[in-house]
Amino acid sequence: MVVEAAKMIGAGIATLGMAGAALGVSNIFANFLSGALRNPSAAPSQTGNLIFGMAMTEALGIFSFLVALILLFVA
Amino acid sequence: MAGTDPIHQFVIYDLFPIHIGDEAAGTALNLSFTNSALFMVVTVVVLTGFMVLSASRASLVPSRFQLAGELLYTFVANMLRSSAGKEGMKFFPFVFSLFGFVLVANLLGMFPYFFTVTSHIIVTAALAVMVMAVVILYGFFRHGFKFLKLFVPAGVPAYVLPIVVPIEIISFLSRPISLSVRLFGNILAGHITLKVFSGFVVSLGALGALGWMGAVLPLIMTVAISALELLVAVVQAYVFAVLTSMYLNDAVHPSH
Repeated sequence: MVVEAAKMIGAGIATLGMAGAALGVSNIFANFLSGALRNPSAAPSQTGNLIFGMAMTEALGIFSFLVALILLFVA
Repeated sequence: MAGTDPIHQFVIYDLFPIHIGDEAAGTALNLSFTNSALFMVVTVVVLTGFMVLSASRASLVPSRFQLAGELLYTFVANMLRSSAGKEGMKFFPFVFSLFGFVLVANLLGMFPYFFTVTSHIIVTAALAVMVMAVVILYGFFRHGFKFLKLFVPAGVPAYVLPIVVPIEIISFLSRPISLSVRLFGNILAGHITLKVFSGFVVSLGALGALGWMGAVLPLIMTVAISALELLVAVVQAYVFAVLTSMYLNDAVHPSH
């Protein structure tokens, strides 16, 4: 029973990693917006990089969610 | 509560059991046609059918359907050419097949009751290992042992190399892991979230008339998360293809 409780607690702590990922994703979009408002004609050419950078950083948040899922359902 | 548990959607079961060998002793080879295999076949049929149909009555001024096929083709071609250069274009069928498979598999998973093929780590790991195998094999085949110059970035002083080279090797070895886990984690997380909110709709709806009014809130969340999931499905396919192109660029031009 203690193992069950420890798994739940561990899964809860693992979700704290998403705070960093959220800050990272907002960083990407914030810098894109500030750059796009300074140079609007160059903005459409960078949307590919924007989506790519967002997917890279969001992946790290998903990794921490994955650790939580592994703790709950696998280990 | 068992019907609304969010993990049940990922269960793989046999549609046509095919066991070769000694089943009583438990050493039989399980080659059954599962629901996962069925949806992989459906993905291939949909993608191939779309591309074949879009080119079937090819005219110089394209119809809308042909335009859609051409848009997909030029999108992947431009992405591959800008990442891997002219020599990387020989991998275009590979990259296009990967992109198309992941895109259609993710999108098919958005339909109710359909199984999402890419929500299992074994599927995404197989795709990622295939990509890295192509990168490594083509790199050694084309450049011989000079392919290992990939791990020695240009302009690094010699006394720092014993630290930099192991770091580069580890980051190279982590590529198939991150490639597979990114796609798997995104799709799995999205589908679990979708099921959890749908479960809330059912749980609240069971509480009578007042529950029905409260159940509208998780329903709205479910719609919003479905929209997000559609975006994630397309973006993750794009990211998988872009990363594949970049890794192929490392195989084709192995210096930093």
